[in-house]
Amino acid sequence: MKRPDLKKLEEQAKDLRRDILNMLAEAGGGHTGSSLSCVEIIFTLYAYTLRYDAKRPDWDNRDRFVLSKGHGCPALYAVLAHFGFFPKEKLKTLRKLGSLLQGHPQLGLPGLEASTGSLGQGLSIANGMALSAKLDKKDTRVYCMLGDGEVNEGQVWEAAMTAAHYKLDNLCAIIDFNKLQIDGFLCDVKGLEPLKDKWHSFGFHSIEIDGHDFNQIMDALDEASGVKEKPTLILAHTTKGKGISFIENKAEWHGIAPKPDELTRALKELE
Amino acid sequence: MINEDKSTWKATRDGYGKGLLKLGKEHKNTVVLSADLTESTRANWFKDEFPERFFSFGVAEQDMMSTAAGFALSGKVPFCCTFGVFATGRAWEQIRVSVAYMNLNINIGGTHGGLLTGGDGATHQALEEIALMRILPNMKVIVPCDMIEAEKATIASYYTDGPAYLRLGREKLPILTNENDKFEIGKATTIKDGKDLTIIACGVMVYHALKASEELEKEGISVRIINIHTVKPIDKEAIIKAAKETKAIVTAEEHLLAGGMGSAVSEVLIQEHPVPVRMVGVDDRFGESGTPWELMKHLKLMPNDIALACKSVLRKR
Repeated sequence: MKRPDLKKLEEQAKDLRRDILNMLAEAGGGHTGSSLSCVEIIFTLYAYTLRYDAKRPDWDNRDRFVLSKGHGCPALYAVLAHFGFFPKEKLKTLRKLGSLLQGHPQLGLPGLEASTGSLGQGLSIANGMALSAKLDKKDTRVYCMLGDGEVNEGQVWEAAMTAAHYKLDNLCAIIDFNKLQIDGFLCDVKGLEPLKDKWHSFGFHSIEIDGHDFNQIMDALDEASGVKEKPTLILAHTTKGKGISFIENKAEWHGIAPKPDELTRALKELE
Repeated sequence: MINEDKSTWKATRDGYGKGLLKLGKEHKNTVVLSADLTESTRANWFKDEFPERFFSFGVAEQDMMSTAAGFALSGKVPFCCTFGVFATGRAWEQIRVSVAYMNLNINIGGTHGGLLTGGDGATHQALEEIALMRILPNMKVIVPCDMIEAEKATIASYYTDGPAYLRLGREKLPILTNENDKFEIGKATTIKDGKDLTIIACGVMVYHALKASEELEKEGISVRIINIHTVKPIDKEAIIKAAKETKAIVTAEEHLLAGGMGSAVSEVLIQEHPVPVRMVGVDDRFGESGTPWELMKHLKLMPNDIALACKSVLRKR
């Protein structure tokens, strides 16, 4: 598949970061750090890998993306709007009463594949989609993004065993490995390492990349598509709050939105 | 009316198994998921016939529930099979978010409901499922009284949008309904008319209500019996009509009193037409090991206990 122009991707990623910061500031709440860490990955999925038709979001033969780390939804909302699933003005309604852009993803928003946000459930949901596609002999591929803190949940490992047992080579899980969760650094809260080896031992083809490097993301997604007889795990090293100096790597930015002055400073950094 | 020849008795889980088999034959999008209790839940009948549409999860109820959501989001109608206690307890939050919140047509067959699991003791006896499931928006809760009704409920839940919980049992019970009786989710059936009071019962307690009424009729007490197979959505109309016409209600369930069917009935009565009520059920305690019918006696769920509640409510009428 022809790769998009790198410079353009990087420019668009900046636009997406601006959209995310603006919508979070307007909402007055939300998960800034977690949204900024997964921008490149979600954007690459929709710009390069996934098969879909934004005009027909329910098209039967589309690929699926499940955002299991539902709190990162501002990033997904920005990408969906960018690709025309719904008008960009809707981003301003994030977290507002009556909006389809709920604080955590809720089915009903065009392009959204599942309600998620209670951590640990998305990989199982993605497995169900992948199993269903296999049953129907469809070439649908299913992608699922998990948070690294989310991997604390036991259900994630139940789902990992299921994916390997059913040889779901149409499934690719991606971990946004930004090393921070609400209570602090993962290694202090509850160590996960060796994380790649864990997935490998659970039967996944595992790939480790820089989750902000478009070429590495595209390489990994291409590699995943070629894997046979087993699911793939992409362990994407990322920076929480990526792109904004005073938000990067700060656990306290997990669940808050920028205030007006912070928004101004943040947008300046993206110029 | 009741066939006491136990060789004719059948478990409601058998009706579920038969229903799944029928659905499997008629609808290619029926899939069955099981958490290591395939034979116990009768999912094996479907598995033997349609192995490619049967999915095994091992002892992982949470994973099974959310995976069912992925299937449902891809046009399948999943039936999840495990014991009621694990389905509704262990996987409650998965049912809340992956199943009920998305309002998907996922049907959960929870077998070994109530005390009739017997010897396994409290960890395996489910006395909380009605409460745990009925508080969830979108969820339907069905408690069939016999094998025939269980089969109909299984099939009806396929055709009804949104999720359903089927509370099923292991113990064989008398057949109280007929193949050609109409079954509709949310529509209670009056199985015996009477004018002094109404017993509203579900599951095995429909049988016990019938036995209790035989005794009461001998004493000149005229009893109406409602089989409230659907606890949610509850048939308000039937409850209010019974309250107006018979002026006293006794509820009977093989479940905790807190939050169960009796609570659901009382919620309707207290707001719409208050009348004296007595509730028969398990009062704020866990089960324990014993033979099934020993336990029913020990925890006061026998016909005699219903009859005593009826006499008590009549004194308040």
